[in-house]
Amino acid sequence: MNKILKKRQLTQNIHEYVIDSPEVSRHCLAGQFIILRVDDEGERIPLTICDYDREAGTVTILVQSIGYSTMKLAKLNEGDYIHDFAGPLGNATELEEFANIILVGGGVGSAVIYPQCKQLNRDGRPADIIIGARNKDLLIYEDEFRDNAKDLYVMTDDGSYGEQGFVTTKLKQLLDSGKAYDCVFAVGPMPMMRAVANLTREYGVHTIVSMNSVMVDGTGMCGGCRVTVGGQVKYACVDGPEFDGHLVDFDEAIERSKFYREIEQEHKCKMEG
Amino acid sequence: MNTTERNHPIEQDPKVRAHNFDEVSLGFDDELARMEADRCIGCKNAQCMKGCPVGINIPAFIGAIKEGDIKKAGEIIAQDSNLPAICGRVCPQESQCEKYCIRKAKLGGSVAIGLLERYVADYNRKNGGLDVKDIPPQVYKAAVVGSGPAGLACAADLAKNGFKVTIYEAFHKAGGVLVYGIPEFRLPKDLVQSEIDNLKKLGVEIKLNVIIGKTITLEELKEENDAVFIGTGAGLPTFMNIPGESLSGVYSANEYLTRVNLMKAYQEGAITPVQRAKKSVVVGAGNVAMDAARTTLRMGAEEVSIVYRRGREEMPARAEEIIHAEQEGVKLELLTNPIEILGTTKVEGIKCVRMALTEPDESGRRRPVVVEGSEFVIECDQVIMSIGTSPNPLLKKSCDALETKGKGTIVVNEETLETSIEGVYAGGDAVTGAATVILAMGAGKQAARAIIESMNK
Ligand SMILES: Cc1cc2nc3c(=O)[nH]c(=O)nc-3n(C[C@H](O)[C@H](O)[C@H](O)COP(=O)(O)OP(=O)(O)OC[C@H]3O[C@@H](n4cnc5c(N)ncnc54)[C@H](O)[C@@H]3O)c2cc1C
Ligand code: FES
Repeated sequence: MNKILKKRQLTQNIHEYVIDSPEVSRHCLAGQFIILRVDDEGERIPLTICDYDREAGTVTILVQSIGYSTMKLAKLNEGDYIHDFAGPLGNATELEEFANIILVGGGVGSAVIYPQCKQLNRDGRPADIIIGARNKDLLIYEDEFRDNAKDLYVMTDDGSYGEQGFVTTKLKQLLDSGKAYDCVFAVGPMPMMRAVANLTREYGVHTIVSMNSVMVDGTGMCGGCRVTVGGQVKYACVDGPEFDGHLVDFDEAIERSKFYREIEQEHKCKMEG
Repeated sequence: MNTTERNHPIEQDPKVRAHNFDEVSLGFDDELARMEADRCIGCKNAQCMKGCPVGINIPAFIGAIKEGDIKKAGEIIAQDSNLPAICGRVCPQESQCEKYCIRKAKLGGSVAIGLLERYVADYNRKNGGLDVKDIPPQVYKAAVVGSGPAGLACAADLAKNGFKVTIYEAFHKAGGVLVYGIPEFRLPKDLVQSEIDNLKKLGVEIKLNVIIGKTITLEELKEENDAVFIGTGAGLPTFMNIPGESLSGVYSANEYLTRVNLMKAYQEGAITPVQRAKKSVVVGAGNVAMDAARTTLRMGAEEVSIVYRRGREEMPARAEEIIHAEQEGVKLELLTNPIEILGTTKVEGIKCVRMALTEPDESGRRRPVVVEGSEFVIECDQVIMSIGTSPNPLLKKSCDALETKGKGTIVVNEETLETSIEGVYAGGDAVTGAATVILAMGAGKQAARAIIESMNK
């Protein structure tokens, strides 16, 4: 049982939680994730660690309520408890070897690039950042990013805020303008990551993506999270979650991620009804 | 000498049980147990004991049943086994104790030792359990990694012998394969829970959601404890590496069974989703494959086939499981091997070839070879791969000093089960690769003995 110390609403359906978890905060690093169960009947859902404080023994997670379990989680408040909270899982992000990085975040995926942007700034080499969302109401962490970025570009699909366009629109502009990035770290919905990877392939810029596959255990025991990378089967939970975006078979990954959505949808109806 | 036939346990009707998750075999009632016990000749030089991996005094406990002293029978078993209710249900008795029973061939069949073991355990559990002996004060500290049969057995024996034990389990529930793998209809989960409750009574603490190697490192555990036991099992699933394995509807048996058992997807209103297939194909023929096939049947599949590249003789599952599966309507496609899973995004079928077995080679093993031109397709919307598992490399990855070999099994001293790291012991599937509950339990006990001895040195 882990206590919710703070809850903050970022957009209509995205909440930030600070969770009391000295166990996870002790060894966790940027890029890793946790698996939680809201209550004793709950399913195991993986969520990125988007911040942590070892001294306070806390871990920050961001939750977009889209399915049955995340909606249930959204109903919990400060002082409530999460039944199970396990981690840190997966590998930490490794950006050391790159000199000129651009971070690209789409929707709630921006939560994954946030700890990197903070880390890079702390290391004295702030990165360029593009964040994007469908509209203004879905943008998260703009101020936090601005405080830590070299240049921040904000994109909305409908132009309701920042510039109108996709994150790839901006990325292409920057690449065309001669910015010599040696690494793009892109996290967001799978179609967005696929678009970024397709773009950067043309420019020959190394691209890292973070795969939010369907998971059960998160420790390599079920194979449900498998993705094909460079023709080889990898487990997102233990081999990833980050992979070379140019090698990931996104078409397959997108199909696999759709598999349970119908059943999820049923549950959502029950919950709302 | 009489040739009375072996008694049969009470079982649910196959047609009924194929659609529910209640336990299939209800075992012996008092009368059947007494009758079966009377079949035991009580051999002086009992061969059955040689077949028991933990050396239970079988004639003695059956003798106690004959006397009607079931508690005494329980105490005799308890000298060598911590989990009789579980082992009585899941041990491959036909290739262990019952294989050597003198009645096997000509005297009506082997004594049903497993069913009697189960009877004794169930009887005692229902009647208040065995007396708990006073345990010595817990002056040493031990950590046990993993809560499968190896970990549970090691923890119990250490707790009874002066150790304050903490078990660390990665999952949100304790029990290892006993809770996430073996289905309810074969091993009721309240049985496993009662074993875990017994441990807690011994002062064992169980910390769930802790992944050793991630949440806490092995080095940290070692520093904080007098001894560490690793019983992390062999949970890494194997796939065949044939085309189509990433299609939606292809599962590892681990994933499928975990969703249904641990995450309770079989219950009405469960939150964790699982595919309810119409036609399912399970690849493999071990206990895991039988469990997967019978589970998918209970989840509503109209047709379930087991595809296995060797013949019936070679099927590694317990004899009883194969019989039960067939009774329930699972079809066996023997001497058959998949070569491709068909479909565009979801599974639509599985392409197979027929196999033939070669003449035995020097080792006596008959190899399956492809029959030319025998390709055919089984239509299905689900494929469950159940062709084995190997130890999870997660712990090893976080600790170089832990020596492993081959498919990632942990290297140990065969006598003490000590690993390459002093004071760190290992046993069960993590050391042997996927094996059996009784061997894992035996290893847990063996390591506990070595740990206790090392403290007295
Ligand atoms: C479906 C199925 C059916 C089976 N049927 C039979 C049968 O009929 N008869 C029989 O004898 N055997 C059967 N077996 C095999 C038997 O279950 C295993 O041999 C036995 O459970 C092994 O015990 P163990 O304690 O070594 O490991 P496990 O039972 O695998 O337990 C290991 C535990 O360690 C945990 N763990 C792993 N890594 C870590 C970590 N880093 N930190 C913390 N915890 C960790 C795991 O989550 C797990 O709970 C079956 C297996 C399966 C999968
Ligand atoms: S989530 Fe089960 S193997 Fe990755």
